[in-house]
Amino acid sequence: MKGQIIVETEDLTKKYGSRTAVDHLNIKIEEGEVFGFLGPNGAGKTTTLLMFLGLTEPTSGKAKVIGFDPTREPFKVKEKVGYLPENVGFYDDMDARQNLRYIAKLNRISGEVSEKRIDYWLEMVGLSDESTKKVGAFSKGMRQRLGIAEVLIKEPKLVFLDEPTIGLDPDGTNRMLDLIHSLSREKNITLFLSSHLLDQVQRICDRVGIMINGNLVAIGPIEELAKKKLGLGKEDYTLEEIYMKYFKEA
Amino acid sequence: MYGILTIFRKEMGDHFNSLRFLLISALIVMVGVIITSMVGMAIQEELKGMAKPTLIFLLLFTSTGKLFSFVQFIGFFGPLLGIFLGFDSINRERVSRTLSKLVSQPIFRDSIINAKFLSGVAIIAIILVATVLLISGLGIRLIGVVPGAEEVSRLIIYVVISLLYISFWLGISILFSVIFRSAATSALASLAIWIFFSFFMSLGASVLSDAVAPISQTASGVDAEMLIRHERIQRVTSLFSPMTLYSEATTTILDPMRKTTRTLVLMGPLERFSMSRFQSPLPLLESIFIVIPHLISIVAITLLCFGICYLVFMRQEIRTV
Ligand SMILES: Nc1ncnc2c1ncn2[C@@H]1O[C@H](COP(=O)(O)OP(=O)(O)O)[C@@H](O)[C@H]1O
Ligand SMILES: [Mg+2]
Repeated sequence: MKGQIIVETEDLTKKYGSRTAVDHLNIKIEEGEVFGFLGPNGAGKTTTLLMFLGLTEPTSGKAKVIGFDPTREPFKVKEKVGYLPENVGFYDDMDARQNLRYIAKLNRISGEVSEKRIDYWLEMVGLSDESTKKVGAFSKGMRQRLGIAEVLIKEPKLVFLDEPTIGLDPDGTNRMLDLIHSLSREKNITLFLSSHLLDQVQRICDRVGIMINGNLVAIGPIEELAKKKLGLGKEDYTLEEIYMKYFKEA
Repeated sequence: MYGILTIFRKEMGDHFNSLRFLLISALIVMVGVIITSMVGMAIQEELKGMAKPTLIFLLLFTSTGKLFSFVQFIGFFGPLLGIFLGFDSINRERVSRTLSKLVSQPIFRDSIINAKFLSGVAIIAIILVATVLLISGLGIRLIGVVPGAEEVSRLIIYVVISLLYISFWLGISILFSVIFRSAATSALASLAIWIFFSFFMSLGASVLSDAVAPISQTASGVDAEMLIRHERIQRVTSLFSPMTLYSEATTTILDPMRKTTRTLVLMGPLERFSMSRFQSPLPLLESIFIVIPHLISIVAITLLCFGICYLVFMRQEIRTV
């Protein structure tokens, strides 16, 4: 771990009317880390990510992403940070290559550089053979892999993935996670992934944070959380068990 | 600026590849050619052995022939064209979940709405210019008259006014595509506005003027002052309707023999001799002078409409769910 802080929040809060979606969140993410942002549906994960991208304004508190305040300088953040929204969509009447080309262009990558990168990333996510197929005919897994390629084409330092395994079968989930993990290790990209499927994601995470009802109830490496909550000496813990403990307390 | 250009290019490509664009263009070209052929032949027939009247070329666009004139057709179909081009522009991206992806790219959020509006305007301009050129070409062959500088200027002004007017309807439909998730709802809402302005606005104008300044049949005849007030109220109210603004402006520009700005372009055979027509055309500059207030109003409502659309879009929460 390099120790450089790449995401930092200070009492980050988002309220929708009287409902608090994110409640005084304090979190620090280090460069190069794989961070799992876990919690049940409605915990406030997506809201937090939207605030990191400057797509929604915090009610109070501050966030700093790659050194910029996303509310004030969303442009700077979006230039360097990739974001894969939950259930990402594509232009279904265009093929995979055309979809990638458009996103590359919006990131000011065009011409030969763009074509090279498109080839490269299609290869990396295993879609080279499907590159001229209309995306409308893609399976859920292929769409999700195309989404990954689309996020990485601008070669970001930091990537936010919102529920990257949603809708995939167990086999697809594992392959997806391995892909994300190996790519991020290879390119030294900081990964911040949100999921409500705890036991799936824990495998690739250096650290996890557990959100329940807008509150971050725990943060740290999984073994540490296990020791704290389940007592020393227990070997075959699962994140599910730890999580249930926190959930009952909350 | 870069973002706008990229999105604009994609939108133009989408328009050109869409069946919708093909159908609309085919329809307009078809109707334009049919009307012009009929009108052109009628003019040719009538002109045999006669001296050519001034500004005859404009008659190609304003004569009703057996059906309706090209100008009437655009007056009616133009709003629908604007609505067709915009009613699903934002909600389509929302439903396909590409909107949240777009806004997370390094572009300003307003590039999306600006580019969508501008590409629609560009498509409308292309359709209008192409159709007017086509009709002119056909007309030159049919009646054997080459348009003079004044006729060309009047046609250009007509195209500009029409472009602005249709863009207003484009703005309305994009606004609804921002507000409503469903494309069908947004199309229906736009059509409702269109029907409201087309039919109920003039009805409303006469109801209002009847209420405020009723014309009573007294023993001494009609009260003249009341009659004038009645007319004035009716007129001012109907000026709030974009349809009235547009038809008055185009009538004045394309039919300079007309003494009044009122009513649609209806050139019956007898009207030529009627009291409401000048013996010689109103000079171009004076025609322009008359339509400037109309033009400013059309620009104002178009900008207002797009402005509302812009604000609503910029304040909207972008969520995939
Ligand atoms: N636009 C909104 N208006 C009102 N409440 C919202 C809005 N967006 C999200 N919420 C609420 O905020 C909470 C957190 O939602 P979200 O961040 O999507 O959770 P997660 O991604 O963890 O499932 C939920 O209770 C949700 O109902
Ligand atoms: Mg979510």
